[in-house]
Amino acid sequence: MKPTLPLEELMSPGHLACQGCGAGIAMRTTMKAIGQDAIFTFPACCWTVIDGPFPYSCLEVPLLHMAFEATAATASGIKAAMDTLGKGKTTICGWAGDGGTFDIGLQALSGAAERNNDIFYFCYDNEAYMNTGIQRSGATPYGAWTTTTPVKHFKKEVKKSIDDIVAAHKVPYQATASVAYPEDLYKKLIKAKEIRGFKFIHILAPCPPGWKAKPEDTVKLARLAVQTGVFTVYEVENGKYLQTIKTPTRKPVLEYLKLQGRFKHLKENDVAEVQKLVDSRYAELEKRFSEK
Amino acid sequence: MKKVMMGNHAISYGATLSRVQVIAAYPITPQTQVVELLSEIVADQKLKAEFIKVESEHSAMAACIGASSAGARAFTATSAQGLALMHELLHWAAGARLPIVMANINRAMAPPWTIWSDQNDSLSQRDTGWMQFYCQSNQEVLDSVIIAYKVAEKVLMPVMIILDAFSLSHTYESVDIPDQALVDKYLPPFDYKYKLDVQNPHTYGGLTTPEWYMEFRIKMHEAMDQALVEIKKEAVAFKKVFGRYYDTVDPYMVDDAETVLVTSGTAASTARYAVDQLRAKGNKVGNLRMRVLRPFPFADVREQLKNAKKVIIVDRDISYGYHGIWAQEVKSALYGHSQVPVWNFIAGLGGRDIFPETFYDIIAQVGKKKKPDQELYWVEVKK
Repeated sequence: MKPTLPLEELMSPGHLACQGCGAGIAMRTTMKAIGQDAIFTFPACCWTVIDGPFPYSCLEVPLLHMAFEATAATASGIKAAMDTLGKGKTTICGWAGDGGTFDIGLQALSGAAERNNDIFYFCYDNEAYMNTGIQRSGATPYGAWTTTTPVKHFKKEVKKSIDDIVAAHKVPYQATASVAYPEDLYKKLIKAKEIRGFKFIHILAPCPPGWKAKPEDTVKLARLAVQTGVFTVYEVENGKYLQTIKTPTRKPVLEYLKLQGRFKHLKENDVAEVQKLVDSRYAELEKRFSEK
Repeated sequence: MKKVMMGNHAISYGATLSRVQVIAAYPITPQTQVVELLSEIVADQKLKAEFIKVESEHSAMAACIGASSAGARAFTATSAQGLALMHELLHWAAGARLPIVMANINRAMAPPWTIWSDQNDSLSQRDTGWMQFYCQSNQEVLDSVIIAYKVAEKVLMPVMIILDAFSLSHTYESVDIPDQALVDKYLPPFDYKYKLDVQNPHTYGGLTTPEWYMEFRIKMHEAMDQALVEIKKEAVAFKKVFGRYYDTVDPYMVDDAETVLVTSGTAASTARYAVDQLRAKGNKVGNLRMRVLRPFPFADVREQLKNAKKVIIVDRDISYGYHGIWAQEVKSALYGHSQVPVWNFIAGLGGRDIFPETFYDIIAQVGKKKKPDQELYWVEVKK
């Protein structure tokens, strides 16, 4: 059997991710595409810990840890230095969680996107501040329990559409991805590496402790998110939308919700509300996919 | 080559002569001309550098941290609110041991909104691990940028060059622009040993347990101690090439002075005029200009003030509920080493002018008193 991804690993075992961590899979797949001629910068996020405590690191690339809100600006700075030092071929990557992207890092992200700095910005999205103990973020979906949206007052606001915010900057390339489809992510990154300018990659990365799900269900959940339309996998190249994982018949959202303790308080009408929100967002995207 | 220029442009020329490689900056009054001229110099390719026009001061410092980590000579400039916004990353730059140089134009903090000078903005950043050099002239501003890189790159700690809003930033003075070849010889290209390098990948700034954190901190402190040695060494080395001398402190007629006025920034030039006038009337006054706040020059301060019968520290800043900040520093250096009485006056906040009369008033208030009768004196404040 011919492997669908390179066998070479640039992420070593011995890292500190939880069992079934989606962010771990996201990084492992990303590294296979980005390769060793790359520099990463992380803000405060799960990966601050996952990488390993001083003096250890599980990644075979140089890595600069940085403050929470600074990912995109830091990556811009690294890129400018590499350009002026004649090392412009190296791929510069910011790698942040959803809190560091949707919330506290949004300004720096917008700045770098508007300047069209030639960097990758990755957001691995586990839909809450998981590293600090599951507090709601702007990426937390409607209906979810978190420690700051307790069951009685579960999250009533919808997930912020970070992809639309980035799209408003008219960046040359952006994509969503799910850890259940590593070949799709890999292919996108290989293509994006050849594109000059700002590249935004939004990866859905389930979090078993934060989602109150079984570690062995991570990939299943990441797939169900796509199959139900909760998370749509596509790319936008110079404004042109393309759905890369097609979902002609979508499964009911309940199949996705019922595997996660963070949604178990939802009553029938709440689930119907989630379904309505997902349908409406999906319809919005479908329109864009069908545009010539 | 001599040129008449504003203080802000002296910064730009200093950065250009230092061949900075990455500039990331955000505009704020009264700093804007620094980056305006630099953006022109970079656009005209008179300097091989990348200029990132970031969306905030926080991102300016983040970009400098990224660039410096990758091995480039990084530069930025800011003021007041912008400096305060950077605060988190000032700690980061120092903790990451990056030789970044930044100019800060002293502007008072809001509210109420103000754009005029005092030193509370930079003095509030005292404990971030940045060296701080306070300048008195545009020449000193230009020269200090070059010296700053030399010292910063030796000890791997960042430097803040500080000048008063308007009274220096927007004041035109004749400045000698040193020859680029001489600057190149004095400040050779920098090869950062700990840079982000794909051939030799390392992780920087990762999670560190109590087992090692303190060891990082003592190394920073030792680097600052070494910086003091380097500043004094570079004062001599710079003079040898360029003929101008910048020590940690700048004394004026202190040797035989009975009363020493301690100031920093441009207030010193006014103080020196006042000293001359007072001396003409037989009042033995001197001025000690504090140039370096961090690393603090304990020995130099003690040495310069050893003959004084009275020390008067004039602060253009205030730590509410305590003293002026320079007063805290100088008093702390004297404690246990000297019995000299120390007065502390607060003057010139929010850009209120400090005139020679301000100093005459201060000297008159101290008068024949043997020691201060209050913790702190405010001068020229409306009732």
